[in-house]
Amino acid sequence: MKILIRNGRVVDPASGLDAVRDVFVAAGHIVGVGQGPSDFHANQVIDAGGLVVCPGLVDLSVRLREPGLEYRATLESEMHACAVGGITSLACPPDTDPPLDEPGLVEMLKFRAKHMPGPRVYPIGALTRQLAGERLTEMAELNEAGCMAFSQADAPMVDTQVLLRAMEYAKTFELPLWLRPQDPHLAREGVAHDGVIAARLGFPTIPVPAETVALSTILLLVRETRARVHLARLSSRAGIEMVRRAKHDGLPITCDVGVHHVHLSEMDTADFNANCHLIPPLRSQRDRDAIRHGLEDGTIDAICSDHAPVDDDAKELPFQEADPGATGVELLLPLTLKWARETGLPLVKALAYLTQHPARILGVDAGVIAAGRPADLCLFDPDAAWIVSPSNLASLGKNSPYLGLEMQGRVQYTLIDGHLDFRRDGSTRALTTPDETPAMPILPSLGIIVRMA
Amino acid sequence: MSANPQLTDDGRLRHLLTLEGLPARILTQILDTAASFLTVSEAERDVKKVPLLRGKAIFNIFFENSTRTRTTFEIAAKRLSADVVNLNINASSQSKGETLLDTVANLSAMQADMFIVRHAAAGASHLIARHVAPHIHVINAGDGRCAHPTQGLLDMFTLRHYKGAFHNLRVAIVGDVLHSRVARSQIHALTTLGCPEVRVVAPKTLLPRDVENLGVHVFHKMSEGIRDVDAVLMLRLQNERMRGSRLPSAGEYYKHWGLTPDKLKLAKPDAIVMHPGPMNRGVEIDSAVADGMQSVILSQVTFGIAVRMAVMSLLAGSGATGAQS
Repeated sequence: MKILIRNGRVVDPASGLDAVRDVFVAAGHIVGVGQGPSDFHANQVIDAGGLVVCPGLVDLSVRLREPGLEYRATLESEMHACAVGGITSLACPPDTDPPLDEPGLVEMLKFRAKHMPGPRVYPIGALTRQLAGERLTEMAELNEAGCMAFSQADAPMVDTQVLLRAMEYAKTFELPLWLRPQDPHLAREGVAHDGVIAARLGFPTIPVPAETVALSTILLLVRETRARVHLARLSSRAGIEMVRRAKHDGLPITCDVGVHHVHLSEMDTADFNANCHLIPPLRSQRDRDAIRHGLEDGTIDAICSDHAPVDDDAKELPFQEADPGATGVELLLPLTLKWARETGLPLVKALAYLTQHPARILGVDAGVIAAGRPADLCLFDPDAAWIVSPSNLASLGKNSPYLGLEMQGRVQYTLIDGHLDFRRDGSTRALTTPDETPAMPILPSLGIIVRMA
Repeated sequence: MSANPQLTDDGRLRHLLTLEGLPARILTQILDTAASFLTVSEAERDVKKVPLLRGKAIFNIFFENSTRTRTTFEIAAKRLSADVVNLNINASSQSKGETLLDTVANLSAMQADMFIVRHAAAGASHLIARHVAPHIHVINAGDGRCAHPTQGLLDMFTLRHYKGAFHNLRVAIVGDVLHSRVARSQIHALTTLGCPEVRVVAPKTLLPRDVENLGVHVFHKMSEGIRDVDAVLMLRLQNERMRGSRLPSAGEYYKHWGLTPDKLKLAKPDAIVMHPGPMNRGVEIDSAVADGMQSVILSQVTFGIAVRMAVMSLLAGSGATGAQS
């Protein structure tokens, strides 16, 4: 399958390229940018005039809700939603049911994901068995099964000795740990930032020290072990400042924030909107501004969707009783574009937080547009306006703080591994069966794309 | 934030969910209406009923235990000639897994006109108000630590009754402000009605962070906090908070924050003492104060019925908003 993407504005943060170029795709790879191979004959031509062509997005936190939580969303629905959002690689945290703490579970998830259209799925392994924070998992085995990193997801790590040993053991195999800093005692029963809104409405709180105390422990242990640690979803100004200093001291750490935290603050919880009940909690406007500053000065490496589809039954509840989280994979790009517009950041810099940087953190060959690299591409119309609504979201999670609001920027095509897994002008889903014969890849009348094995 | 969900487009009261954000004219209207109901409740009157809510079905939906508040709402509704149904949800649907909104939808289908809701989570009555049909009114009878607007109003009624006005008052709210929906409603009402100095007095463990943003002055010592005040509004200390990580013991709390005759001498000589009940005698308040000359605690209970009658009649009485739809 050879695809020519013609006349698009190619934006590649890794090389700094931002210019109109043709992109040539063959056999799952990019074979030319600007100039294609002399013998290139396209099977399909995509007119990308007016569209931005960027590396497919790499999302560091997507809950696919499989195995075990299929009532919330299914692998198929969320894989499709990712493609709709321009995501071509994702990391999924291990907080499934059962948690991803055994190689068999990881292999099953990877196998199922591989035979569906949609992004490349990189499961994050559980750091401890059952995420109980007591016994280490078989990290080397899990790594062979496909886990690139290990995490407690949102489960607490109460025992600091286990954390120290987990770092030492992971360092033995040079495996990274992804940790979300939160002290379980200081966060106990909390749902909101300990600020002016909680004072007014009486929400039980998760104070900033819940983040900084845990962060301090992690950073001291990293100093000791030199284990590679990725800090997931920082939320506070004080926390970001600690990471800034630790990076300055040369610690092997990276960090990300959730895209909603780039925009929203505790003020958005003032009318009890359960869709703004997020973990970590939305904090003060000063904290929100510090997140933006941390992105601009490179303290924060990546923006993730922190996608958490929650069904209506678990959201149509009083704020503190609703399950936390927001649907995110289809908002990751438009909300990042919104941030870039608001701050005047050039597109080629803003997109780095969704492509080049998270690919580097995940350690995968993605996030770059260059000859010889995998053909994972996102083509979006930067000016297209759309309204966030349940019917406009492909994810089964309709829980968005932005429901009813307008977004600017919409994905038109998503190529994954050289396959056109999504195009907006037609439904684009089909399952691969192992014995499927390579056939006509596109049935234009139905708009169906059949993925070839 | 969206427009005030408590008001109709033309600025009249549709639900009573919180006192925050309600204009002073509405608070005053409720207090004035309550004053006119006070005579209806007077003991010497033979017939204690007025027919304002005749034929209306009022559902007391209590997801949290309460005897006093539920009873005063029930009495208030009956004096307005409404039909009252009491539902203690702890014991019924919720334990069978029915959701809050399903419960409300079912009760709506029984031709309810008004829901009086108590719930352990902040914003529960807001959620219900967002989902009920336009002719149904919701009164928040306490949601988590967030609001208890009728209690706040009856406290304002009591203050106005004894002190005449708000613009020259110095008021101290003493006790567990952090966990208190009563304190939050009192603070919003006092600041809205123009009280120039609202104080909170409590140990740091019982105050919300950033509480100053609510427009109050923070004191940790009783000797400073109640000096020269016109009214002392005591808060109830929940039993489970008397020992643990917020307070070491009820005894130490009483020593420092319990209202004793000696401490009360620091307030103005004519200062009044209020308490939302039920009291913990010997923990937050000394019996000599609770039963003393300056205590108006039992008046609060009486006024509470008039205030609740006022709120219900303004919401659903003939000529009130929504009643015609």
